[in-house]
Amino acid sequence: MSHFVGELSAVIATALFIFALNWMNDPKTARRGVIAGVTGMTVAVLATWVQPEIIHHGWIVAAIAAGFVVGVPLSRVPLTAVPQRTALSHAFGGLAAGLVGTAEFFLWTGETGGGGGGAHLTHFRLSALFIEVILGFLTFTGSLMAAGKLQEVRWIPQRPVTYPGQNFVNVGVLAIAVALGVLLVVNPTAPWARQAFIAIAVLALIFGILLIIPIGGADMPTVISILNAYAGLAAVAMGFVLDSKLLVTAGALDGSSGLILSIIMCRAMNRSFTNVLFGAFGKAQPALPAGEQKVWKQETVEGASQLLEQARNVVIIPGYGMAVAQAQHKVRELYDALTKRGVTVKFAIHPVAGRMPGHMNVLLAEANIPYSALVEMEEINPEMPQTDVALVLGANDVVNPAARYAKSTPIYGMPIIDADKAKTVLAVKRSKNPGFAGIDNELYVQDNTWMLFGDAKAVLSDLVKQFGSGGIH
Amino acid sequence: MSDLGSMLFVFVLATFIGLGVIRRVSRLLYTPLMSLTNAISAIAVVGSIVVTGADHPLTIRILGAVALFASMTNIVSGFIITDRMLKMFKKQ
Repeated sequence: MSHFVGELSAVIATALFIFALNWMNDPKTARRGVIAGVTGMTVAVLATWVQPEIIHHGWIVAAIAAGFVVGVPLSRVPLTAVPQRTALSHAFGGLAAGLVGTAEFFLWTGETGGGGGGAHLTHFRLSALFIEVILGFLTFTGSLMAAGKLQEVRWIPQRPVTYPGQNFVNVGVLAIAVALGVLLVVNPTAPWARQAFIAIAVLALIFGILLIIPIGGADMPTVISILNAYAGLAAVAMGFVLDSKLLVTAGALDGSSGLILSIIMCRAMNRSFTNVLFGAFGKAQPALPAGEQKVWKQETVEGASQLLEQARNVVIIPGYGMAVAQAQHKVRELYDALTKRGVTVKFAIHPVAGRMPGHMNVLLAEANIPYSALVEMEEINPEMPQTDVALVLGANDVVNPAARYAKSTPIYGMPIIDADKAKTVLAVKRSKNPGFAGIDNELYVQDNTWMLFGDAKAVLSDLVKQFGSGGIH
Repeated sequence: MSDLGSMLFVFVLATFIGLGVIRRVSRLLYTPLMSLTNAISAIAVVGSIVVTGADHPLTIRILGAVALFASMTNIVSGFIITDRMLKMFKKQ
């Protein structure tokens, strides 16, 4: 009977999870997806909890309560902090997989040592277990590092850290862990099995750190997606270890989501997985072969607001700078002021703008900007030549025309938003330094570009005030 | 115990379903998608419950309890923040 309950609940939960993802295809139905997900999860948890072998209920209650105590505050972070929260949740997912794998290993080998069956120790399940543990622990430390970089924790370097032979060291660490795993699969009852297992776990933890050290902020959308895929695959491996179809299915859904997002992010940067993971973006860049040294032209807030008011259509191109400055609500005020004056305002969203997939959409939605105004890169680019003003807001690499031709730069070949083709470009920029990728942006020195230097929020505030005061006609 | 073949079968089919469904997800919603799939993959919670609650040695149950805590954190924060974000998407 309890077996039947388990199987039935797994089928129900699986179906609900698939529906949940299916409803995400439209913002109108998406919230249903959350209800389906919660229902599926509740069914699965209860069905597992009532199984007869579960006897230590107090422990379960305590751990679940602790999960609520930490989880609720984590769900209330400001939306600008969502990338680090996401990285942190991948870390928790990896940790859970790694720990369950560790527990299972010691259970299985313990049984064998005690003269027990050892029936669990098939080559296949052991292989799954090592994959689970390696993926789980490397996702744990890797995601913690990523979260630390995104949160700008002081002792974690923001800029990519590289050293000679780095890839050799990284691959070496992983190779040793895998080799030990293979040895253990062949020889699970060896006297050194437990020590070897601990070594594998430690190596995986170290590998996760090493993997993220050379990665810079601009690559975070891709890296977070890859870590997402790893966390999903770790759950799949756990499903094989625990013989749970539900886990395999849910893990596969998560893994395929991470995979698709990784591919989209890589394409949006014209880079491969290996290039992101082993290519250390944002190192010192050779200066562009600029013939003559051009200088940018600075515009005043008054001038900028006149330009905007006289425009018929404006395209705003947001980037990470908008998130850093928490400027999305000021963007909304500008959007209101302009639409009230009959100006058509659209937002051009580059797939890798920000620090995670979809980051800009969430921030703008938070500021109550209707999603019909958020336009993807491919759709907005044909409209750019007819655009009166392109307002670049804290975006840099995603509007850098050098991506089209400068082969020496790492952004070469990356699809960009054609801000430079607009009739006039206004660029809001925090400082006069180059962007995260460390590449000069010639958009800023174009003849039709005017710079507004300052914090995005402050600049927008001033712009909105100009409109409010009626100081312009 | 299910055999290896049927488990692999489930894995392959689930991956194809996942790829098909995720490909149709609105690009606007990639951030909530990630938090939702994250919460769903915290279904690892069922494994943690078995390790924590069954009659295992103490150290095993401690490992299980930490894993259960981690999964539960993802479930709670993942679903709540997904809903919080989705609420904000308005057409007009």
